[in-house]
Amino acid sequence: MEKAKKNQWEPKIIAFLCNWCSYAGADLAGVSRYQYPPSIRIVRVPCSGRVSANMILDALRSGADGVLVSGCHPGDCHYISGNLYARRRFALLERFLEFIGIEPGRVNFSWVSASEGEQFAKVAQEVTERVRRLGPARKLVKEIDSCPA
Amino acid sequence: MSSVNEKIAGKIRSIASSLLESGEVAAFLGYTTGSLPGMMQPYVARDAKEAENLSWSSFCVINLANYLPALLKSFEPPRRPNEPPPEGPLPKVGVVATGCWSRNMVVQIQENQIDRNRVVIVGISSRGMVDRRKVQRFVGNREILSMEEQANFLVVKGKDFEEKINRWDVVRDNCKTCTHPDPVIYDELVGGLSGKRDIPDRFRQVDEIEALDIEERWKWFQEEISSCIRCYACRNVCPLCYCPTCFVDDSRPQWVGKSIDRVDTALFHILRAYHCAGRCTDCGSCESVCPMGIRMRLFTKKLQKDVLELYGFEPGLDVETPLPLSTYKVDDPEDFIITNIKKGDKK
Ligand code: SF4
Ligand code: SF4
Ligand code: SF4
Ligand code: FES
Repeated sequence: MEKAKKNQWEPKIIAFLCNWCSYAGADLAGVSRYQYPPSIRIVRVPCSGRVSANMILDALRSGADGVLVSGCHPGDCHYISGNLYARRRFALLERFLEFIGIEPGRVNFSWVSASEGEQFAKVAQEVTERVRRLGPARKLVKEIDSCPA
Repeated sequence: MSSVNEKIAGKIRSIASSLLESGEVAAFLGYTTGSLPGMMQPYVARDAKEAENLSWSSFCVINLANYLPALLKSFEPPRRPNEPPPEGPLPKVGVVATGCWSRNMVVQIQENQIDRNRVVIVGISSRGMVDRRKVQRFVGNREILSMEEQANFLVVKGKDFEEKINRWDVVRDNCKTCTHPDPVIYDELVGGLSGKRDIPDRFRQVDEIEALDIEERWKWFQEEISSCIRCYACRNVCPLCYCPTCFVDDSRPQWVGKSIDRVDTALFHILRAYHCAGRCTDCGSCESVCPMGIRMRLFTKKLQKDVLELYGFEPGLDVETPLPLSTYKVDDPEDFIITNIKKGDKK
């Protein structure tokens, strides 16, 4: 297997995880000792419906190579329908970002329940793989020299 | 001015002055002639005499719905932010509305920005408004001193030239792809209705960009917005942008920086367009007022296309159907969710 080389680039991925499901799922993955890449940086949110486009773009602006938003499965949202409203917003955002030239795979969405520790580890691996393939994100990263002279 | 426009303007003036005279409305929102050829200026008439200044032409490019919420509010007694409006009827406002303007009014009604009972809508079926930039380009950017409108032609005069331009050739892109020139709600009608238009390739501009590969699209996006000076005219003119504090003005957290840094500009355009998803009627005001000629309508048009494709919705056609982002269906498309993609893989 391709063992991570010492100097291999590791992506930074911001994961917005719903407190009631995916966050607990990530916790379970840890407790159950499922391996997943250390590239994931978790931000706990009350519901996937709390995650706005602003927050996703802010992560990219601040240098994240990828973003994951994960919530409860449809029907399981603690607030009944937060994830169903969110699903519409994410669908449009995902398509729009692709339209303006942000690579598919930079911004990812998943449903992971509190009991799906293994599933969470898989999602984390999958997202890391996707982002690794894309390489470092540059397009929306704000740098001192992105300002015209 | 063409006789078509003169007829419309005359009717608007007479409706406005009788509404004002009878006291049915406290103000009438329409257009008056601007100070440069091909420029019309939104105008509020407050009595029958001022109503004489109302006018109409193919250059009414700003969506009048934009001014309605504030104009209505100006007739309400001052009160604290969360205090309910006083009991009893409040003064009404009259307003001119074409297809897209009336559709934005429908959205404003749905979003509780205007009260249908307080607006008297004078509907006009739009013939399509003219893009001044196209006219300017047509005459090789020479200075235009007068523009005269005939039924299907514009006669453009400068110091040493005179050109006759086919009106439809210089109509705005959004008007060319408009399927709904007729007002959807109105109390009075000026002129006839022209019916729904069928435009099979109305998303052509979007399709063309979608056909590019990802890096080309990024290049296109960067180039399109590169000259943006962040004046926010496109936001200020949009009837959807009534937020007391826009995200560009938030300081904690500060979502976008204030400079013309390319990333800040990109974030501004992504989020502004995204906020209009499922609400934008493609009225084209934003594009018409941009001092830099940026075609930010292409961004909202893409969202419009996706909203139609994913949720079968077009904004502003009726007050009953909820706006797509304020509702959901249990079986909304979700093939972009990666846990679903994986399930699919296993099969
Ligand atoms: S009107 Fe034009 S220049 Fe001004 S902020 Fe909008 S896109 Fe930028
Ligand atoms: S751009 Fe967004 S936040 Fe700003 S006024 Fe418009 S809808 Fe509101
Ligand atoms: S975004 Fe532009 S086209 Fe859409 S409603 Fe606002 S001003 Fe009109
Ligand atoms: S509570 Fe988990 S998505 Fe709403």
